[in-house]
Amino acid sequence: MVSEITPDLVRHLGVLARIQLDDHEVERLTGQLSAIVDNIAKVSEVATPDVPATSHPVPLQNVYRPDVVGEMLTVEQVLQNAPDATEDRFKVTAILGEEQ
Amino acid sequence: MSDLIRLTAADLSAKLAAGEVSSVEATQAHLDRIAAVDTEVHAFLHVSDHALEVAADIDRRRAAGEQLGELAGVPLAIKDVLVTTDMPSTSGSKILEGFLSPYDATVVARSRAAGLVPLGKTNMDEFAMGSSTEHSAYGPTHNPWDLDRIPGGSGGGSAAAVAAFEAPIALGSDTGGSIRQPAHVTGTVGVKPTYGGVSRFGAIALASSLDQVGPVSRTVLDSALLHDVIAGHDPHDATSLTDAWPSFAAAAREGATGEVLKGLKVGVIRELPDSGFQAGVSASFRESLALLEAQGAEIVEISAPHFEYGVAAYYLILPAEASSNLAKFDSVRFGLRVDVPGGTVEDVMARSRDIGFGDEVKRRIILGTYALSAGYYDAYYGSAQKVRTLIQRDFDTAFAQVDVIATPSAPTTAFRLGEKLDDPLQMYLNDVTTIPVNLAGVPGISIPSGLAAEDGLPVGIQFIAPLREDARLYRVGAALEALLVDSWGGPLLDRAPQLGGAR
Amino acid sequence: MAKVALMDFDEALERFEPVLGFEVHVELNTETKMFSAAANPAHPSNHDAAPNTLVAPVDMGLPGSLPVVNETAVRYSISLGLALGCDIAPSSRFARKNYFYPDLGKNYQISQYDEPIAFEGQVEVELEDGTTFEIPIERAHMEEDAGKLTHMGGATGRIQGAEYSLVDYNRAGVPLVEIVTKPIYGAEANAPKLAAAYVRAIRDIVIGLGISEARMERGNLRCDANVSIRPRAAAGEPVAPLGTRTETKNVNSMRSVERAVRYEIQRQAAILAAGGTITQETRHWHEDTGTTSPGRPKSDADDYRYFPEPDLLPVAPSTELIESLRAALPEPPAARRRRLKDAWGFADIDFQGVVNAGLLSEVEATVAAGASPASARKWWMSEISRLANAEGVEASSLIEPASVAALQQLVDAGSLTDKLARQVLEGVIAGEGTPQEVVDARGLAVVSDDGALIAAIDEALAAQPDVLEKIRDGKVQAAGAVIGAVMKAMRGQADAARVRELVLERAAG
Ligand SMILES: [Mg+2]
Ligand SMILES: [Zn+2]
Repeated sequence: MVSEITPDLVRHLGVLARIQLDDHEVERLTGQLSAIVDNIAKVSEVATPDVPATSHPVPLQNVYRPDVVGEMLTVEQVLQNAPDATEDRFKVTAILGEEQ
Repeated sequence: MSDLIRLTAADLSAKLAAGEVSSVEATQAHLDRIAAVDTEVHAFLHVSDHALEVAADIDRRRAAGEQLGELAGVPLAIKDVLVTTDMPSTSGSKILEGFLSPYDATVVARSRAAGLVPLGKTNMDEFAMGSSTEHSAYGPTHNPWDLDRIPGGSGGGSAAAVAAFEAPIALGSDTGGSIRQPAHVTGTVGVKPTYGGVSRFGAIALASSLDQVGPVSRTVLDSALLHDVIAGHDPHDATSLTDAWPSFAAAAREGATGEVLKGLKVGVIRELPDSGFQAGVSASFRESLALLEAQGAEIVEISAPHFEYGVAAYYLILPAEASSNLAKFDSVRFGLRVDVPGGTVEDVMARSRDIGFGDEVKRRIILGTYALSAGYYDAYYGSAQKVRTLIQRDFDTAFAQVDVIATPSAPTTAFRLGEKLDDPLQMYLNDVTTIPVNLAGVPGISIPSGLAAEDGLPVGIQFIAPLREDARLYRVGAALEALLVDSWGGPLLDRAPQLGGAR
Repeated sequence: MAKVALMDFDEALERFEPVLGFEVHVELNTETKMFSAAANPAHPSNHDAAPNTLVAPVDMGLPGSLPVVNETAVRYSISLGLALGCDIAPSSRFARKNYFYPDLGKNYQISQYDEPIAFEGQVEVELEDGTTFEIPIERAHMEEDAGKLTHMGGATGRIQGAEYSLVDYNRAGVPLVEIVTKPIYGAEANAPKLAAAYVRAIRDIVIGLGISEARMERGNLRCDANVSIRPRAAAGEPVAPLGTRTETKNVNSMRSVERAVRYEIQRQAAILAAGGTITQETRHWHEDTGTTSPGRPKSDADDYRYFPEPDLLPVAPSTELIESLRAALPEPPAARRRRLKDAWGFADIDFQGVVNAGLLSEVEATVAAGASPASARKWWMSEISRLANAEGVEASSLIEPASVAALQQLVDAGSLTDKLARQVLEGVIAGEGTPQEVVDARGLAVVSDDGALIAAIDEALAAQPDVLEKIRDGKVQAAGAVIGAVMKAMRGQADAARVRELVLERAAG
């Protein structure tokens, strides 16, 4: 597989990842990612359809917590590291985008 | 005083229990050592203000006749990836500068409960992304064997702290080798437990399906003692195993007798190319195998044809999971916020993350975002998860033939600071022998195997055991350690150069 | 904003075929959240929690925190899946849906993606005329709710024009089941009514299961309505492909769902008829104007980068568990309706009225709390519905069934007249307390002290001496003047029938 890492793709990935990349960073990342992707794309050589995917190294299932109220943080703890807060809530500047 | 810092945790424990030394004395000795050498080594990001208080409390409780854990009163260094209530937790990142967690990581809570005395938080590559600790936002840690060289990574701080006698034992985390590779380059011991054997709760996540917390020490027994403290089921971590673990310390003590090597089948991977390894690393590895063989172990060549895909799979899975795990650092609830005059919250988030994250972190987040994005998932992330299956099968096949697998812990000895900083791919290849272990979830240990002839720097040997067979690693590791120390006439670290501080 | 053209509804239906689809989010009323042991604000005991007081580390995405699945939430989800006629997956798993938003503590939502817990079901929905309709269910999956944003500054409290926003993570992590339908064909002119009836059916099911408070005004039940239309094919022509759909988000009452669907059909028809195209986008319903407005267009920012949640393990319920939950399912709503109709003895039209008003559960609960079926029906269908209509809210949101029963008991005991009871009802709805507390506080009880009544009667008789004579002469209707005077003196708080009895007794004595 030949990777197609372009500056536009990197810029788009920056938007998805919420990192404001400047042109210099975009350029550098485009080169580096191309090299990396060319190297790691080899996984598809052996990842044939008959091979199941493993997402957990040790297979477990049905791991649950009983529905019993446990420890919660105090409001002070919740807000302890807040860059900005008021009225016991976190404060952020205006939101443009819609909810999902 | 000076002797206190050179004691192993086991020996210090014995002296504490016998009342020959107090925890306050031991703790003060390590704090003095930190004060003396850490300006050179830079293993610590933060030194605790409470260590002596905690030590005094342990001494009081011991004097009152309270039954204490074996390691009670022993100082402990904690990798900054683990959250602590009484010290900042930054994971080596500027974005978390000054962050104070309202809760303790489970391993930290268990260490406190066992009476261990937290000395401070150790340096690391930012968010554990790296193999050299050069990616710390707070400057690199230096290898005590040669201050111009890297101490390995990401847990270079914990390894260097232990190697420089600033702490007898330390906690680390290992996602692709971050405990074992630093052990290799600093002449220390490090263990990556079976995935799920130790709780991840409170370990700032890098790649959830790969991360494991483990011990760092100068001897196999010391790692086992700390492993005994931190192991076991934690209901706060759904991936935590419910297994009842045997005593790893008992396994290490049993191993030190050497009996365990008779008839032990040690697998050596055919496909690991000798050519990729530094000569001194290969030589040291072969010497260790010869020692094992001389004690009755059988060296068996095994095949692991998919290991060569390990690094590629790892650099898809890790960035993918990391890109999601690191999304929480957005300047809303904690961490750095960079104001953007007139900007929306989106602008503030994007700017804060640009300023707050270092280059390696941004590189991997972008890579992971790419690997998961629509249209690429199957080719990249999906394929990488399949490689994981294949590597697990390689291990299954191998462990049907052998008891443990041995590899060099890393391809080279410690390289110079800055040497590979601009070549991420070259840096990634450092973890070629440690990565498959994380992908498969099996346990691995690195112990010092000697010094490379060409540069006089430490080399480690890695043993790998099947899932849940961590105790086997301590048996075998302690057995080889005993043989090696015997052949050297003393611990390897005795040969490390003196640091600025007086011994 | 330019005035939006709407096509007459009947004409729109003549020219276009509407296709519907719904995503309903149900907040489960478990004790704790989906992935943390923090108390659940969707549980009735935690409704009025102060901001950020129901938060565990994982709810706000604290570094190092991890999710652990709530077992009861899984059971509730399986029960709901079964009640929706779905198959339960032998193994399902959680996935991360990645997107940045300040109400999302981790900046990903733990949801289910390629392996939902329940799939392929159907729900029988009853329209007002009693006809039934099968809604095909594609899937039901488990996920977590987001926190709550409050937009400050700017005039409307809306996101547009706000200067800053405040974030409360209490709601973050509330267990949700999202129920997704397949495309729904054939609703035709009933489409708006079907929308409301579907939401009502889901509400009845979750209330029957006891797994959610299902209060739409509180956000326990939220409906996103997908609407598309396509031109009708002339005879012999192939059917047109599906039109572009819009998704109207979070419509918070059944009446609004109905209105929103109707509006979207009319709006889209006008655009298509004028040669325009429909934009695929989310839209927002505005209760005050009865219109929708454009929200977020679909874009590549919708790349959610789903992947299996590595912190959680597969959910693989045993056949035994599934079958035991199936056996414990309450009777299906249709069977329940037949049973209640028999038990209450209502006439068809009366019973259907209750069903159509969506008040079956309220009447049932009121009867269970001790009121007669007739009185329970009367309260809910007349006075409470009237007040709810006036306020534009669901009747069920105004008052608890137990309070209605308590009120009726006061009437039955003769402590309240109907007129007084209506005043008490208003007091209860206004939050003044229980019926008895309102009676006490407002001093509304019927004066049942005969002594006080007799004193008032004697006074009235003294003021109208001729009345007594007339009554004794057999002109009983003359008592009316005295009764009127007494009721006036009692400020209406007397039982007129009792006053009449006493007046006649006095006359006879
Ligand atoms: Mg939706
Ligand atoms: Zn949803």
